[in-house]
Amino acid sequence: MSAEAPTPAHVKGGIGQSILRKEDARFLRGKGNYVDDIKLPGMLYLDITRSPYAHAKITAIRTEKALKVPGVLAVITGKDLEAAGLAWMPTLMSDKQMVLPVDTVMYQAQEVVGVVADSRYAAADGAAAVEVDYEPLPVVVDPFKALAPGAPVIRTDRKEQSNHIWHWETGDKAGTDESFRASEVTVSQDLYIPRIHVSSMETCGCIAQMDPVNGRFTIYMTTQAPHAIRTVFALVTGLPEQNIRVISPDIGGGFGGKVPVYPGYVIASVASIKTGRPVKWIEDRSENLQADSFARDYHIHAEVAATKDGKVTALKVKTVADHGYTDAAANPSKFPAGLFHIITGSYPFAKAFVEVDAAYTNKPPGGIAYRCSFRVTEAVYTIERMMDILAHKLKVDPAELRLKNFIPPEAFPFKSTLGWTYDSGNYAGALKKAMEIIDYAGLRREQAEKRRKGELMGIGISSFTEIVGAGPSQQFDILGIKMFDSAEVRIHPTGKIIARFGTKSQGQGHETTYAQILAEELGIPADDIRVEEGDSDTAPYGLGTYASRSTPTAGAAASMAARKIREKARKIAAHLLEVSVDDVEWKDYAFRVKGVPSKSKTMQEVAFAAYTNHPQGMEAGLEAIDYYDPPNMTFPFGSYICVVDIDKDTGQVKVRRFVAVDDCGTIINPMIVDGQIHGGLTMGLAPSLLEEIQYDADGNIHGGSFMDYLVPTAIETPRWETAKTVTPSPHHPIGAKGVGESATVGAPPAIVNAVVDALQPYGVEHIDIPIHPWKVWQILHAGPPKTG
Amino acid sequence: MIPPPFEYYAPHSVDEAVALLRRFDGEAKVLAGGHSLIPLMKLRLAQPTALVDINRIPNLAYIREEGNHLRIGATTRTNDLLESALIRKSYPILTDAAQEIADPLVRNLGTVGGNVCHGDPGNDLPACMLALGAEVVAVGEKGSRTLPVSDFYKDTFVTSLEPTELLVEVRIPKARPHQGSAYHKIEKRAGDFAMAGAAANLVLDASGKVESAGIALTNVGPTAILASAAGGSLVGQAPDEAHLAHAASLARDAAQPNGDLRGPVEYKRAMAAVLARRVLDRAVARAQGGA
Amino acid sequence: MAASARPIAPAASLTSGGAPAVTVRVTINGSPVTAEVEPRTLLVHFLREVVGLTGTHIGCDTSNCGACTVHLDGKPVKSCTVLAVQANGREVRTVEGLEVGGKLSPVQQAFFEEHGLQCGFCTPGMMMTATALLAKNSNPTDAEVRDAIRGNLCRCTGYVNIVKAIQLAGKKMQSAAPAGGSP
Repeated sequence: MSAEAPTPAHVKGGIGQSILRKEDARFLRGKGNYVDDIKLPGMLYLDITRSPYAHAKITAIRTEKALKVPGVLAVITGKDLEAAGLAWMPTLMSDKQMVLPVDTVMYQAQEVVGVVADSRYAAADGAAAVEVDYEPLPVVVDPFKALAPGAPVIRTDRKEQSNHIWHWETGDKAGTDESFRASEVTVSQDLYIPRIHVSSMETCGCIAQMDPVNGRFTIYMTTQAPHAIRTVFALVTGLPEQNIRVISPDIGGGFGGKVPVYPGYVIASVASIKTGRPVKWIEDRSENLQADSFARDYHIHAEVAATKDGKVTALKVKTVADHGYTDAAANPSKFPAGLFHIITGSYPFAKAFVEVDAAYTNKPPGGIAYRCSFRVTEAVYTIERMMDILAHKLKVDPAELRLKNFIPPEAFPFKSTLGWTYDSGNYAGALKKAMEIIDYAGLRREQAEKRRKGELMGIGISSFTEIVGAGPSQQFDILGIKMFDSAEVRIHPTGKIIARFGTKSQGQGHETTYAQILAEELGIPADDIRVEEGDSDTAPYGLGTYASRSTPTAGAAASMAARKIREKARKIAAHLLEVSVDDVEWKDYAFRVKGVPSKSKTMQEVAFAAYTNHPQGMEAGLEAIDYYDPPNMTFPFGSYICVVDIDKDTGQVKVRRFVAVDDCGTIINPMIVDGQIHGGLTMGLAPSLLEEIQYDADGNIHGGSFMDYLVPTAIETPRWETAKTVTPSPHHPIGAKGVGESATVGAPPAIVNAVVDALQPYGVEHIDIPIHPWKVWQILHAGPPKTG
Repeated sequence: MIPPPFEYYAPHSVDEAVALLRRFDGEAKVLAGGHSLIPLMKLRLAQPTALVDINRIPNLAYIREEGNHLRIGATTRTNDLLESALIRKSYPILTDAAQEIADPLVRNLGTVGGNVCHGDPGNDLPACMLALGAEVVAVGEKGSRTLPVSDFYKDTFVTSLEPTELLVEVRIPKARPHQGSAYHKIEKRAGDFAMAGAAANLVLDASGKVESAGIALTNVGPTAILASAAGGSLVGQAPDEAHLAHAASLARDAAQPNGDLRGPVEYKRAMAAVLARRVLDRAVARAQGGA
Repeated sequence: MAASARPIAPAASLTSGGAPAVTVRVTINGSPVTAEVEPRTLLVHFLREVVGLTGTHIGCDTSNCGACTVHLDGKPVKSCTVLAVQANGREVRTVEGLEVGGKLSPVQQAFFEEHGLQCGFCTPGMMMTATALLAKNSNPTDAEVRDAIRGNLCRCTGYVNIVKAIQLAGKKMQSAAPAGGSP
C-alpha cells in the first residue's frame, strides 16, 4: 500500500478478462443453496391436486379421504381462498388468474386443491386421495376458433364476455398499404411458432413462512425478481411490505419461467398462514411443463414489399397470440405484445404496420418472455424468414440481399419506422465475419456440387437485431413499477467491497461479472469484491433479471455507483496527498496528482482513510447507491450461419456447422459471454427441431413430461463456433449491451433457413417448426425435385 | 413423483421369488432394473401391492455360450452386453441395440430380462430376439418352461409370461459361421423411443446364399413384429440388391404403426423399409466377413 | 460425514405411516449410514432428506434428466429411479464425495476451469457421470463424451464447455501420479 510503488495499469479481474467464476465453488462441491435444499424447523409440504379436464365445472370436491391420510394436516380449496379474497389474483398484464378455482377449471393440470402434510410423501398421497367431480364444458384450443363469432366464452368472469383479450397495433397502416400497392415485388407467408417451455433444470417452488409471533412473512422462492414479488404480495395480501421478505437463493435456471407468480406460491403462503408453520411447495417436472411458463404460441402472417432490385420498402404483420386462459404474459405494461415491433429488424423499412390480437383458449396461462426479451424471438424469426423468402423470390443470394439492405453503421442512432432508436450497429461487419469464418462461398460451391448429385445440403443465415435492457422509465413499467435497476456498493476499511444488486442471477455469473465492472471502475481486484443478490430485505430495489436486462441496467448502476464513490474518494485522496481536489485525477486505477503520476493513492488507501482519516466536515464511509434509469434500450446484434445436411431416406436434419458472430458491445467476461451464447444457441436449436407442446381437441396436452418434451442432449447439440465483433453502446456507461438471449433469438431462423435452403429443389418456401424428420420426408416424397 | 406404498421383498433364490409372486397372485411386480417399473409407479400408473426385488438372487446375471446356445441371465445389465467381447464378436446385433437403448445411466441398471419381457413396443431387445430366433426360460409354480420369442409378444405390455412367473434366462441359437446380424433405430432425440427400428439376422450358406434370415421391427405396432414374410423371402436367395430391396418392402408391409408424437403412419411404414434395408446391408457385410 | 456408522432417525419428511419400514445400511462417500425408511423411499430422497446431502438434485419425474446421478458400486445411475432399499449393503458416492480433504477432484477442477457450469443444477449429476466415464476411459473423444453424458440434460451451457471440461479432466488425471489419482 505504499505510495511510492508503481501501480500497474491493470486490475486483476477487470473488464475484458475471462476470470473464472467466483460462485462456482459451492456448485462444484454440491453445496448450492436451491429452494428445495432449504429445510426449516417444523416445515410442512404442499402438494396439489390438478384437473384432468381442460374446461369443466367443478360439481363436488371431497377431501375426507385426503384428510385421513396419515400426516395430512389441512386441505385448501378455492372456496377457502374466496373467503379470504384470494381465489383470484392479478397477473402482470392486469388480467387476473385463479389461485384455486371456485367452480370452473380452465386448463388441463390446473391447480384445484392444495394438500398440506408433514412429509413430502404424505402430501403426495393426500393429493392423490382428493376426489373431484367435474362436468366437462366445451373446450376451445384453437385461437382462431376462439375469436370466431359464437365461440364458447371461456372467461365468463369478464364483462366483455369474449375470448378476444385485446387488439394492439403500431405503425402507419395507410402508408404501409400504399407502399404495398406501389411495390414491384411482394412476398407473404404464414408462420406458426408453437408453444414451448423454458424447462430450466430446476422446477419452480417456494418455502412460505408466516411467523405468527412477530408478523414477519418470509418466502424463499424460485424468482427472478424478488422485489417486484414482494410489492405484488403486499398489494395482493395486504401484509405490510416491510414485514415481507422474499429470498431468492440459488436458482437453477430461470429463462423467464421464474418471473410469474404461480398459484403454488400463493397456496403455500396461505397454508403457512393457516398452519402457523413454514410450508414448502416444489413442483414436479410434469407440473412444471403442464401448468406454468409457456412461451411463444404466435400465429403470424407477414408480408414484405420490395423494389425489383431487392431493396425492402414495407412490412405488414398480423398475428394471433394464444395466451391460454388468462393473459399472464410478463411484458412491460404498455406493450401487451412485448417488443414485437422490433420486427423491422436489421433493415431500414420505410413503412411498417404490425397488429396483434390476443385470444383466450383452454390452456395454461402465459406467455412468458422465454429468453427473448419480450417477443423478440417471434419478431426476429419472422423478419429473418421473410428475408430468405424474399431472396428466394428474387433469385438472389440471401447474404447478398441482407448486405444490400442492412442499416449502415453511419445511420446510428437509427430511428426505426416503428419507433425504436437503435443505439449502435454494424450489421454488415458481423455478417461478413461470419461468412468468412464459415467460408460461405466455398459452402455455396459445395452445395452446387451436391445438388448435381441429388444430395441435400442447406445454408441458412440469420442477421438479427435484438432489443434488451428494459427499460427507460417513460415507456417501461411492470404493474406500474418503473424498470430501473440498482447497485449498492460499499468499500470496507481494508479496501474490500460488498455490493448488492436489484437483479437476480440464475446462472448468468453476476457474482463474477458485476465484480469485474466494479474492479474496473474502482481499481480493486475482483477477488476482493463480494456480490449479493436476491434478498429483498437487503438488496436495493430492482426489477430482476430477465430480458437480458441486468448488464444494461444494473451493470450500468454498478458503474454509476462506483463513479459516485470515486468522486468522494478523490476528495479523500487529495486530502491524503495534501493537494487540492482539482489537482487529483483517477488514472491507471489510482488517484494521481496531475503531472506527477507517481504521487498517488490507491483506492484501498483511500478506503482506509474514509474511516480513519477523512477530511473534516466530510461524512465517514465510502459507499454509494445508484438507481439507473436507462436512457434507451440496447440493441445487441449478430449474424449466424448454419449448415445442415439432410438424410434423404429418413428426413433427419443434422446441423453440420453453426457459426455465431455476436456483438454485445463491450464484453465483460469473454468466457461467460461464450457460455451464454452456447446455451442460447441450444435453446434456439431446440424449438427448431425438437420441442413443442400441443393440445388435442379436448385440451389434452402432448409434451407434458420429459418423456415427450424433448430437450436437446449433448448428442443433438453441435459444437457451436463463436466469434465477436464489438460495437459499444454509446449510451451505456461501459458500452455493454447484454447478451443472455441473443442466441435463443437469432438461432431458429438460421436453422430453418438452412433446411428450407436445402429443400429448394423441391420448391419449398417454408416449413413450420419444429422440423420433424417426417415433415421433411413428406416433402421429399411428395414428388421428384422440381429443379436440379 | 412419489410412488404409492408397497410391501418389499428381496428373495435370495428363484424359488423364493416365484413363491412370493404366487402368494400375491398377480398383485406383485418383479423389480429388476426398475427403469420401466419405477417410473410407472412414480406416475402412479402402476400400483402393485408388493415388489419382489430379484437383484439379490445370485447366478442370475451371466453371458456365456453353452451347448447350442448363447445364454444370457435375466438380470444381466444392458451395459454388460456392451462390454462383452463375445457379444461384439458373434452377436453384434445386441451390441448395436445396447448402444442405442436409452442412455448409459439407465443401462447400468436396466436388465436384458426386463427389456425382453416388459412388453413395451418401444423396447429394443424384443426385435433383436425375434430376429435371432431366441427363446426365453421362465420359472413358475409348475416349474420351468421354455418359450420361443416368436410366440411371446401378444399385445402392448402383454406377453406369454404369467404374472406369477419369473423370466430367468434368454437363449439365443449359438452363432454360426457366416452369420451376420445388426440393429438400428432412428429416434427424434437420443434416448427417446424409436420412430422405428429394425433388426436383421442372416446366416449364409457355403455358396453365399441366405440359409436363414430373421427380420423384426421395433415400435411400429402394438408389439415388436417379426417380419416373417420379409425374412422368408431371402431364404435360398443371394443377398443382392433386388432381394434385399424386396425384403425391405415386405418389412414395410409387416409394420402396423399408429400415428403419434413419433411420426405419422406412412412415415413409420416407410422407415420400417429404410431401416430394414440398412440393417440387412450391415448384417450381410458382417456375414460376409466385414464389419 | 462421521467416520463411524451412525444410525439416523426415520426421515420425518418422507414417511406417511404407510407400509412398515425397511432398514437400509449403505456406505455413502465412504461412511456407513443406517436408517429405517419406507420401502418406496427413492434413493435420491434418502440422500437429500435422510442423510442431508443435498448436492444431488431432482430435475424431472420421468427418469430422463440425470440431475440425480450418483454412483452405485462405482456405476453412475439415476438415483430417482432406484429405491433406497436397493442400495442396502452397497456403496454410494455422491458429488460431496468427489473432493478429497477439501481439494477438488480433477473433474471438479476441470469444470471450474472450462466454465462447464452456469446455474449449477445439472452439474453434480454431470460430474458423477464424467467421473465414471474417465475411470474407464481417460482420453475420450468428443463423440465418446457426448454419448456418455446423453442421459444428463443441461439447459444453460449448450454442452460445449462440459465436453471440454471432461476432456481436460481426463488429461489432468493422465498427468497426475500414475498409481493414485482416482477421479
